[in-house]
Parts: sequence; C-alpha cells; structure tokens
Amino acid sequence: MQRRHLIQSLAALPLAVHAGQLLAAPAAQSRLLFVFLRGAYDAASLLVPTSSDFYYASRPDIAIRRPNAEPDAAIALDADWGLHPALRDTVYPMFQKGEASFVPFAGTDDLSRSHFESQDSIELGQPLDSRRNYRSGFLNRLAAVVNGARPMAFTDRLPLVLQGAVEVPNAALASLTKPAVDPRQASIIAAMYQGTPLAGPVNSGFALRDEVNRELSAEMLAASRGAISTKGFELEAQRIARLMQDRFNIGFVDVGGWDTHVNQGGASGYLATRLNELGRGLAAFAQEMGPAWRNTTVVVASEFGRTFRQNGNRGTDHGHGSVYWVLGGGLSQIRIAGEQLRIDASTLFQNRDYPVLNEYRAVLGGLFARQFGLSGKQLEQVFAGVTARDVGLI
Amino acid sequence: MRLRIAFPPSPVPLPRWMPLVLAASGLLAACATVAPGRQPATSAAALSPKAAYETTNRLTWGANLNVVAQAEAQGSAAYLSQQLHPGPAALPPAVQQQIEAMTISQRPFEDLVREMEQRNKEGTNPAATEDDRKAARQAYQQEMNRLAREAATRHLLRALYSKNQVQEQMTWFWLNHFNVHQAKANLRVMVGDYEDSAIRPHALGKFRDLLGAVAHHPAMLRYLDNAQNAAGRINENYARELMELHTLGVNAGYSQQDVQEMARVLTGNGVADGPGQPKLRPQLQADYQRRGLYEFNPNRHDYGPKRLLGQPINSHGAAELDEALDRLARHPATAHFISEKLVRYWLSDQPMPDLVERMAQTFQRSDGDIAATLRTLMTSPEFAQGAGRKFKDPVRYVVSAVRLAYDDKPILNVGPMLGWLNRMGEPLYGRATPDGYPLDAASWASPGQMATRFEIARTIGSGNAGLFKTDGPQPMERPAFPQLANALYYRAIDGTLGAPTKNALAQAASPQEWNSFLLASPEFMNR
Repeated sequence: MQRRHLIQSLAALPLAVHAGQLLAAPAAQSRLLFVFLRGAYDAASLLVPTSSDFYYASRPDIAIRRPNAEPDAAIALDADWGLHPALRDTVYPMFQKGEASFVPFAGTDDLSRSHFESQDSIELGQPLDSRRNYRSGFLNRLAAVVNGARPMAFTDRLPLVLQGAVEVPNAALASLTKPAVDPRQASIIAAMYQGTPLAGPVNSGFALRDEVNRELSAEMLAASRGAISTKGFELEAQRIARLMQDRFNIGFVDVGGWDTHVNQGGASGYLATRLNELGRGLAAFAQEMGPAWRNTTVVVASEFGRTFRQNGNRGTDHGHGSVYWVLGGGLSQIRIAGEQLRIDASTLFQNRDYPVLNEYRAVLGGLFARQFGLSGKQLEQVFAGVTARDVGLI
Repeated sequence: MRLRIAFPPSPVPLPRWMPLVLAASGLLAACATVAPGRQPATSAAALSPKAAYETTNRLTWGANLNVVAQAEAQGSAAYLSQQLHPGPAALPPAVQQQIEAMTISQRPFEDLVREMEQRNKEGTNPAATEDDRKAARQAYQQEMNRLAREAATRHLLRALYSKNQVQEQMTWFWLNHFNVHQAKANLRVMVGDYEDSAIRPHALGKFRDLLGAVAHHPAMLRYLDNAQNAAGRINENYARELMELHTLGVNAGYSQQDVQEMARVLTGNGVADGPGQPKLRPQLQADYQRRGLYEFNPNRHDYGPKRLLGQPINSHGAAELDEALDRLARHPATAHFISEKLVRYWLSDQPMPDLVERMAQTFQRSDGDIAATLRTLMTSPEFAQGAGRKFKDPVRYVVSAVRLAYDDKPILNVGPMLGWLNRMGEPLYGRATPDGYPLDAASWASPGQMATRFEIARTIGSGNAGLFKTDGPQPMERPAFPQLANALYYRAIDGTLGAPTKNALAQAASPQEWNSFLLASPEFMNR
C-alpha cells in the first residue's frame, strides 16, 4: 500500500472544485442521515486492504480474497483497497458513480474499548477530558445551528446523539403497525389538549403518525398489486427516505448485530449477510430519495473497529480505528479519504488495531461545515474545541 | 347496603351505554359511608373521596378503588405515616405465589451467578463441538434474558399490588438513582438481587446504609468498572459517578484530585471471580474480606495515604471505603442534592429552593433518614398545592393505568406491560448510562411519546390486553375487562376533570372508547 497523507488528498483537490451542488443548496435543502452500526463492525472486512500481505497473514480463515474474476473475491476500488463482495450490487455501483467514499483509520480517541462507553462518547461528541453532559448529543447541537433543521430519530427511543435542547420527534419504522387510534378518536383526544402545554406535542404526534401511516398505506397498496415486498433494513431505509424527501433533513437510525467475536465468516457467512442487508438498505435509500439524493449525505459509522488479527474463534475482538462510509449524490471525486498509512505489525495501534488517524469529530465537523455552510462559531457549538478537518468528501 | 344513585350532574349528555354498565356494576355502595364536604389534606379525620383520590394518586403508583377507600377511612396523616414506616410488604396470595415460583426467589444469588458463569464457559469450551458450543451460547443468553425478565416482572407486580406503595416507588427511584444497565457483562443475573437486597430494604431507611449496600454489591462494582480498578491501574469510573451522580452532585466543589483519591480508596473492592481466596502475603491476610460475591482483595488495593475533600483518610484497607462513604453521605451538598432530586420525582420539575432547604435540614438532622426527609416534603404546603401537576413518566403511566383498570384483581402476565415500557423507552434496568432516566416532563412528552401513549391507552382501555393470559404452550386465560366507569370515577375522578375531557368522554361510542379517552386525557397524564 502506498503511504498516502491527508495533505496529498486535500492538496489535490482545491476547495473551489468541491463547492458543488451541496454547498450551493440552501441549508434547509441539505439532508443528512447518520447510520450508526452498534456493536463495532469489522471494518477490515468491508474495506479490504488488498495490497497488504500482512492482512492475509493475520486472517488466515476470514480474509477476503484479493480481487480476481471470482465472485467471492474483493472488488478492487484502487490498488490498495477492495470492497466486500456482499456489496457488489448495492454500494459498489454507487462507488462507480462517485456516490460512495470511505474514510479508513477513522474513529474516536476514546480507548475504553467498551461498546457503551464508546457509543455514548461518540453520540455525545464532547471533549473526552471534560465532564459529560448526558443531555447534549452532537446531532441535536447540529440541529440547533442549522437554519431550518428538521431532525428526526428513526428509532423507538430518542438516542443520546439527538438528545438536547432541540425537541426531536422519534418513531421506529422497522415494524410499523397501523395506528389503533382512528382519526375520529385522534381528533377527540387532541381536543382534550387544546390550550394546554401539551397541545403542541399531541398535535404533532398525531401528524407524524399520520404521515408515517400514509407512507405505510402506499406500501400496502403496492404489495397488494404484486410488487416485490422488501423487508428488514431495506424496508426501513425506504421508509426513512420517504420521510426525508420533504419532511425531515437530519435523520438518525441505528443497526445492531456487528459484535462478531465468533465465526464472523469471510466472503460469505454471518458478517457478509449483515453487510449485504445494510448495503441493500443504503442503495434503497438512495433510490427512494429521488432528486433529493443530490443534496443528501449518508454517514455510516460504528463505535470502534475490531482487532486486525482474527482471534481463536475465527472472529475479531474489540479494537480501535474503524472505517466510516460517506454516501451521497453530491460527493467529490475523493473515494478513499483522510490520512492513511501502510498497515503492518509495526503500524498497528498497540500491536492489535487500526490506529485512529482521522478523529471523527474533526472529520464530521468538516463535512457538516460543507454541507450546511456552518461558520466556525457554529461548528464550535457542535464540536467544542475541535479543529474541523475537511477531508474533501463533498 | 346498596344505594340507588342518580348520575352526577354533567354538562354534557352521557353516552347511552353508560346506564347499563352502572346497573351491572353495583359498585356505588360505599358512597353513604363517607362524610360530605372537603377535609384539609393534613387532617387526621376521614378524607373526602376527591381528597383521598388526589392523595393516593400521589402517594401510590396510582389511585384505585382500594387505596382510596383505605385513605378515606384513615385520613391522610395516618395513611402517610403507614406508608413511610411500612410493615411487611403483604401481597395478594396469587401474586406472592407468582413471585415465589421464580428462579430468582428460589436460588441463592451466589449459586445462580456461579452457575450462569459456568454455562457461559460452555459456549467456548474447546472440547465440545461447534454445534454444542452454539447451542450452549444460545441457551445461556435465553436464560440470562429470562432471569432479568423475572426481576422486572417482580418489580412490576410489587408496584401494582404491594401495600407499601411509597417504599415501592422509592425502590424504583433509588434503582434509577444508582442506575445499572442489564446489558453490561452478566448484570442480567444480578439486577434482581441488586434491587432486592441492596435497594429495597434501605429505600426508606438511612441514606448511608443504602449507599453502602450499593457500593458493596457486585452489580454496581461491575457496572461502573470498579471490579477492574486496582492499584497502578486506576479506573475512575465509579469514583466519579459516586460523587457526581450518587452523592454530592455536579459542581459541588470537589476536584479532579478528589475523584482520583476516591478511585484509590475504591481499589481492591471488586467481585469475587471464583470460590477460592487469592494468594496473599501474610501481612495482608487479615485485610482480606469476602461477603457473598463482594470481595476486598488487598493485592489490588492502593495502601498509600489519601486525602478526600480536604481531610485525610485515616482507616486502612476495606474500611477506607466506609470512611469515605461516611464523609460523602454526611456532606451538606449530598443532603441538598438528594432532597432536590426527591422533589423532582415527587412534586415538580422546578424544585422550590425553600422546600429543598427544609428537606436538606431534615436530612442532615436525621443523619440521612429518607423517610423523615420525605415527610418534610409530603407535609409541606408546596406539596399540598401541587396535586395534578407532575407529569407521569412511562413506567408510572403504565402502572397507574393498570392499577386503575383492575384494582386488586391480580393480572396473570406483566409481559404486555414490559412491552409498553420498551415501546416508550423506559424499560426496567434498561438505561445504558449511569445518570438514570430523566424525571422531567420534557423528556417524556415528545410528539412520538404522546402518540405512542395514546396507542397504549387504547390498548389498555379496550380489553384485557393480554394481561390475563399466561405465556407458555398451554396458556391460561381469565376473563377481564377494565371497568373504569366505576364507583371511584363517579365519586372522585369525575370531579377532577375539566370540561374538554368530559366533553370527549361524552362522545365515546362504547365502554372501550370511554376507557381509552379517560386514559388518554390530560388529567390522567399527571398526578
């Protein structure tokens, strides 16, 4: 693998070139979906360091083969990196169109290697050496500074990342049931709240519910006409897209099941199935967004990476550096972004993990500044004490 | 004696199904025994139905016919005293049997933890086949989930049916204050014992006893990583939360240095991994301590001198923690911090400084007597004026609805309630972060929350909602219907409702809908 530096990738692409559609779009038209993979997905199986002999020596049972004509080999992205073949029909076509990028060596400086600790730490996005404010997630702070922000959590509970001063609605879309409270009952209930402090939440709660329900009705109609019905995350992502087309512009969803300590598999197997499902969801989201995809960015992140070497159970343990994905209809030409280094035993962090060279708050800060046209002062409100680093993704 | 009662005056016509319900219910008999007119809330004399409803709605997990009748007869002062100094927690026999049949009731805690650890090891046993290992892992996870569910079930059954309602609410309060998360490590097998042996017995006792019981329970030692805290490998997690979340409160004047010193005090306090004792040098032998799964391991303890909050720690070994906890529990900041949080839970999202100050004085004067501090709160003029102003969090909403709907008729399955709590994002032992669930309205009255709450109101109002059908291959089902248009409604609740709610109730097309509207009303969202 060639040693590539941040300087190189940034210098090659002057700022003006990237001031594309996203920057031109008013903040209110820009959309951001943050997809959080809880459980720490194995990044070295997604973005495969195919030029590294050390990778193949470290993972005799679970490595993804070097690119070749076979369907179970990694798909070459450049001379050094390959993509997991489970994403061949979903994320790879996006990559070819310039709608998918990856930031390897990304993550937090939090070293706890605890899922909860690191997830909290990432969602809060606060300086690690300060007292945590558990009521202030970074997407909520982003919503506070973006003009015309309409945030929504597509989860059953409001996640830490969206807690804070801005009131954020939430609804899980994975398994929707038709509301049991009918429209007549809803209007009778709402009338009880007229003039009370809860009138606002009650009315918008019913409105949100009706909006979601309308999308569901369209789905059910389509199904009854013999359309192929989707399920799982793909269905959820389609629903999210429908709501983000015009109602919401800052979204959050989480996907679990990535803690692969045992038998994670390689080109096929458990992790491949999870990646395939995720990829189908992301592609479905992009398609469903329609013209709005042009102004949309999707960030896929996880709390930390996993050990570079496989463990005794053909799985991987809690590690450090990860790979963040950035998808969108208005990305720049940079496909593999941020600071990188050649991976061998000597460059591993603590001789076990990917190091973190691209601190996530700096990277996301740079991304948000581009996408929503944030000032330095606004960025400081989102990620205090961080010097944003524009790795040139959009 | 059965009375023939006319319908109470109402500004709107009653739905036409209503007379049938009342004629069949025959629940209005008790009316004649209650003196008319309002009684002051602090009087020892019998209470009016409305005052008894408001009092019990605030002192219990939710008013129902039974507790209102009790408070009417006793008067609020006697009722409050009984709640603050309760006797044995009597439960209806059917509920008691449900609890006694649980694994967490039958197996000693330490045995159960050891057994589960053994089963966990089978999941990685190199001598077994991969299929066997996989089956073992699955069985282990299922059993761990089942044990945590037993604990949550027991908690809800007690909330619904225990006579000691203030004690049960304080058990939830302290569980939340000293929050642990069941998803971490093996906490699913520990949460039941944590609640039952560290929290509930001290819920109305001395704060120092409660703090000590929590600090020596393996659930807390593991949740906040103190089991990993050792001399030379300091983990500050528990030390920090102990001061910031459990005792002094944030910005109480302690320093990062105090946190570090507290962490050193805590070194060696951990969880006993196996039945044996660690190898110890002779001079450390006497310091070793072991109580159940709690272990003080002198090998891991930092024996250097320490200062905490400006004073030296004078004891040595395990006793250092006791000395430090004494200091934290008796610090004035702790009295204020705990008093303020009690006001947030029982009365208001904006604690009144005067009231907090009076409570903090009681707390300090009584050496942290929780019942005495609560008495100052519950007999205060601020409390007397606060009826119906505190928004219910999801757990209170669900428990109060089921209590009102079924009174003392024991439900057979709390599964639906656990599901509703999940849907609303407040499951028991389910808060990942050590700060516990928020207690304010803003956190629980979001649009998504309200819409979900109305769905649940409709589910509870429309029928037995699965509460009277047991799980398993041969489920048992008992007929049940939530009878909300009952004597309690006409004698007390009706008088607390505003015109918009009565108007909505009058539009109900069925008893099911009437129930749903009552449970969805703004008045029922508060206590």
